[in-house]
Amino acid sequence: MGMQNSTVPFAGTREQEAALLEVISEHKDDRGALMPILQKAQEIYGYLPIEVQTIISDEMNIPLEKIYGIVTFYSQFSLNPKGKFNISVCLGTACYVKGSGDIFNKLQELLGVDDGGCTADGKFSLESCRCIGACGLAPVLTVNEDVYGKLGVDDIEGILKKYE
Amino acid sequence: METVNIKINGMPVEAPKGSTILEAAKLAHIDIPTLCFLKDINEIGACRICVVEVKGARSLVAACMYPIAEGMEIITNSHKVLDSRRKTLELILSDHDRKCLSCVRSGNCELQKLCNDLKVENEYLYDGERTHYELDNTSAHMVRDNNKCILCRRCSAVCDKVQGIGVIGANERGFDTNISCAFDMGLGDTSCVSCGQCIAVCPTGALLEKDYTDEVFAALADPDKYVVVQTAPAVRAALGEAFGLPIGTNVQGKMVAALRRLGFEKVFDTDFSADLTIMEEANELIDRISNGGVLPMITSCSPGWIKYCEHYYPDMIPNLSTCKSPQQMFGAITKTYYAEKMGIDPAKIVMVSVMPCTAKKFEIGREDQSAAGVPDVDISITTRELARMIERVGLNFLSLPDEDFDDPLGRSTGAAVIFGATGGVMEAALRTAVETLTGEELANLDFKEVRGTKGIKEAVYNVAGMDVNVAVASGLSNARKLLDDVKSGKANYHFIEVMGCPGGCVNGGGQPQQPGVVRNFTDIRALRAKALYDIDANMPHRKSHDNPSIKMLYSEYLERPGSHKAHHILHTTYVERSVNKSFK
Repeated sequence: MGMQNSTVPFAGTREQEAALLEVISEHKDDRGALMPILQKAQEIYGYLPIEVQTIISDEMNIPLEKIYGIVTFYSQFSLNPKGKFNISVCLGTACYVKGSGDIFNKLQELLGVDDGGCTADGKFSLESCRCIGACGLAPVLTVNEDVYGKLGVDDIEGILKKYE
Repeated sequence: METVNIKINGMPVEAPKGSTILEAAKLAHIDIPTLCFLKDINEIGACRICVVEVKGARSLVAACMYPIAEGMEIITNSHKVLDSRRKTLELILSDHDRKCLSCVRSGNCELQKLCNDLKVENEYLYDGERTHYELDNTSAHMVRDNNKCILCRRCSAVCDKVQGIGVIGANERGFDTNISCAFDMGLGDTSCVSCGQCIAVCPTGALLEKDYTDEVFAALADPDKYVVVQTAPAVRAALGEAFGLPIGTNVQGKMVAALRRLGFEKVFDTDFSADLTIMEEANELIDRISNGGVLPMITSCSPGWIKYCEHYYPDMIPNLSTCKSPQQMFGAITKTYYAEKMGIDPAKIVMVSVMPCTAKKFEIGREDQSAAGVPDVDISITTRELARMIERVGLNFLSLPDEDFDDPLGRSTGAAVIFGATGGVMEAALRTAVETLTGEELANLDFKEVRGTKGIKEAVYNVAGMDVNVAVASGLSNARKLLDDVKSGKANYHFIEVMGCPGGCVNGGGQPQQPGVVRNFTDIRALRAKALYDIDANMPHRKSHDNPSIKMLYSEYLERPGSHKAHHILHTTYVERSVNKSFK
């Protein structure tokens, strides 16, 4: 038991908070206001850590748990920021049968983060995705816009090194 | 009443328009099984245990939600229906901790009963991937074991809708869906008020109180300890249910006999300190009214309510009566007055309380609750834990003789026993306050306007030429409505009673669990409350200030209500808390 919050320290600014409060005051009395507010909040901060969800909870008198339940239900919301380099590993059928699961596990091990996590220095974030339409290159991962295909577990350290 | 005619399993049934299939079937003597459904609280039609066939419908429908219509033909007992229900159970079991032998709910688990009723023969039929969760032990009063959770959402519905708190709910999605607190916080790190209503409605062993029965047995076995027990008013109205007696059976005499046989040195009654509470609280109310104190004054007996007020209405803390709760007053008097009188070292006394409540486990650890320099109360167990202790030592509860509480702290009045029902503290306080203010004896002791299970009750009583406005709320979302009206100036009261649980302590989170099939068609609050009002009506003394032991306590020790000594021993303080942890 313990707070499973982002490993990256929160660095929200006054401007971001002011923007969020503005959005909340605009939508506060609308029916079903929470979803659009969460979407805007994610636009402002890039993700929805406990600090941001708490502002929304306090301002709207909605239990933090209700907000967290929604944020963890919809895949459009993230509890973690994206790193400077976002690594996306395809776990779609073709890549998976070609061993992308092992590649994903190796990345989790090397970076010390789970799916959706971000390293404490904010450098690498890791996520799994489904088919990116490059099945011929399976197994595939992307680092930001760079695509790497026909990978083996042993290739991973070398790829990470390029971004050091 | 407008009715419609339908057929259930070929038999004609006439049922009120707007009924659900579940309700109509009840009229035809058919109990359709339910699991997630709790009337007015969790009507989500999600678990699919209550499915039935409706002629012309494309698929099986959920009887708990589906309204009947003229001419509808319903089948509740076909192979298709029974097979579907069984399959649903088998799938629930596929990701369920199946350690029934050591489960505290074994024997009154709703899932277990359904599996038996529907002839589930292999609990490992779909033995696939399992989820594994750590236990949440972080709160003072309960343990959450998600490995036994079936995701019915009754707990989160009661927390959110009935109590207006919403600290637990469904997180994640699909196979990862689990009931927990935001950001996987422990319950003890949230604004949970420990009311235990989630435990009361949990169909399985996923939610349970922290069990202190071993600690009680250890104390009883320790020759250096003087172990004293007190029992709250509402316990006697519900303990019998754990032994198969009808809801609302008063088992006071057998309960006392059982406690004596468990080995307690003295079997005392929290009703005594309920009377004491009234003496102090009525005095405090009169003092606030006559000396321009903070009004409305709000009762402080319910520790769930107190914690709620501290989290959600910290600005109203000055409105709370400074009186300790009856449980705490009892411990305080036992370890001061009684210890001195009997020549016992208070450090050797183990004060055990039996409570209908789980928040009492939190309350015993609060600050400023140790009148004799040691905690007023050492161990607080629920009605359910007492039932387990009785089972464990093999006492045949039903055949026990009826026995009386010990003197002097076992003596009480009718005013005290009704503390267990919503409105009871108000009525008891009025009986004493009115007689104190007028100096005349009341002709009628029944303040019926504040009785009953309605969530919010109001009344005006003319006392000695002055209109006294009172209100009573039970269940915390009702308390919220009332307090918001007070804060906005919409309502004006002198005295408010708030109980954390709907219906008051009789429906506390520590009472024997009644399954959904009973709760949905029976008002257990009213039945248990009736047992208390019946006791009250037949008591020789029905006003707290008439209690001979109370009179003796004040003349021998406390002098008078509100005295310096009484303040030191019987009153307490509160702390401001926040709803969310602050990141400022």
